[in-house]
Amino acid sequence: MSKPETVDDKNFDSVVISAKTPVLVDFWATWCSPCRMVAPIVDELAEEYTGKVSFAKVNVDENRKLSEKYEIRSIPTLLVFKDGKPVKQIVGLRSKGDLKKALDEALAAKK
Amino acid sequence: MNKSYQLIIVGGGPAGLTAGLYAARSRLHTLLLEKAGFGGQITNAEDVDNFPGFPQGINGMELGDLIHKQATKYGLETALAEVKGIEVGDGRKLVRTSEGDFEAKAVIIAGGSEFAKLGVPGEAEYTGKGVSYCATCDGAFFRDQAVAVIGGGNAAVTEAIFLTKFASRVVLIHRRDHLRATKVIQEKAQANPKIEFILSSVVEAIEGDTLVRRLRLRNLKTKQQSTLDVSGVFVFVGLKPNTDYLISTVKLDDDGHIAVNQNMETSVPGIFAAGDIRRDSIKQAIAAAGDGAIAAVSAERYLEG
Ligand SMILES: Cc1cc2nc3c(=O)[nH]c(=O)nc-3n(C[C@H](O)[C@H](O)[C@H](O)COP(=O)(O)OP(=O)(O)OC[C@H]3O[C@@H](n4cnc5c(N)ncnc54)[C@H](O)[C@@H]3O)c2cc1C
Repeated sequence: MSKPETVDDKNFDSVVISAKTPVLVDFWATWCSPCRMVAPIVDELAEEYTGKVSFAKVNVDENRKLSEKYEIRSIPTLLVFKDGKPVKQIVGLRSKGDLKKALDEALAAKK
Repeated sequence: MNKSYQLIIVGGGPAGLTAGLYAARSRLHTLLLEKAGFGGQITNAEDVDNFPGFPQGINGMELGDLIHKQATKYGLETALAEVKGIEVGDGRKLVRTSEGDFEAKAVIIAGGSEFAKLGVPGEAEYTGKGVSYCATCDGAFFRDQAVAVIGGGNAAVTEAIFLTKFASRVVLIHRRDHLRATKVIQEKAQANPKIEFILSSVVEAIEGDTLVRRLRLRNLKTKQQSTLDVSGVFVFVGLKPNTDYLISTVKLDDDGHIAVNQNMETSVPGIFAAGDIRRDSIKQAIAAAGDGAIAAVSAERYLEG
């Protein structure tokens, strides 16, 4: 069972930046309805991509520095990190199919 | 063999969930399919003040949750899947989805709508970088900054008021010389010192660096061009019904809404439509819920008939 890991300003570097596998980071907040809707889809993806991609969640309300750094202006934003760098940004509520497609594209892209 | 039901409902907003509530209480073997999350668009509203039964008003997310809870209480089956097409044959309907095919005798389409785009340079590029379609989600990123709201209907004006919680300045830009929003909402906006209005004007481009920095505007009356420095642009210029995949299934009107009669029957026997997606909808949650109830009762009659 893989579940998205909650990360914050302090452990973001160790969990996301220095990760060996690609990481999908879900930027969200409690007040955001589409964030709540995307969460169960991200949970399912975490399950399906076990071993290939790891998953993390950042609460933008509690971690303003991170959302500033990555210039998050809309949530939900999903950022796919490879080798410590954001390579793909997915903004807004999408269907599971769309998210899988976007994630697969990010994985297939050359480093 | 496809999984087979008496009734399939497409969409888990106020219309679809209410149809599901009625269908489940009538013990129809029903499946509700939702592509994104239950509750629909009303969950984006900060305060819903016109849904009867909540004299203090209610938060949209909370209302969505309550409607969902009530619908599933009577055994409504739901699944997360995106409907890609509906095929009609021999009185049965084949519902093609991202998670496989399902079959039903009757279908209620309650897929609502999505926000229309402005269609100007910079809009797609800066989506998530200052361009937003959800004030309750993104308002907090614009603390003490100037933002623009585009549109003149209820959604635009309500969201402009909401954004004054965070932004230092909210400029509402509308192409006509007067607003379309309900009078009490307009009055509230006009009384708010943080809100300014630029009327008879359109956005020609959204510009910036990595983030939005300014808008290029044009006054439709004087033809004069100007720029407006903002870090956020919230777009509420109308809704586009989610019917692209239905063009060859049911009759649509020129704007893509599904044509229905007063029983929510479409051009195809056994297919019903409810809520924002249907022709002449007033695009309000209570009306969508009402449509859902009518569609479920009509579907039940059709199934018995
Ligand atoms: C910011 C905002 C504020 C609002 N404020 C108010 C208010 O104060 N009072 C009021 O009465 N109304 C308000 N409204 C309007 C209200 O939200 C809508 O009228 C109502 O939600 C319409 O319900 P619906 O079920 O027809 O459609 P929706 O709520 O749009 O639900 C449709 C559902 O169908 C799903 N769907 C679409 N296509 C597919 C597919 N192919 N397969 C599977 N699922 C699909 C969607 O994901 C969605 O969940 C507001 C709307 C917004 C955006």
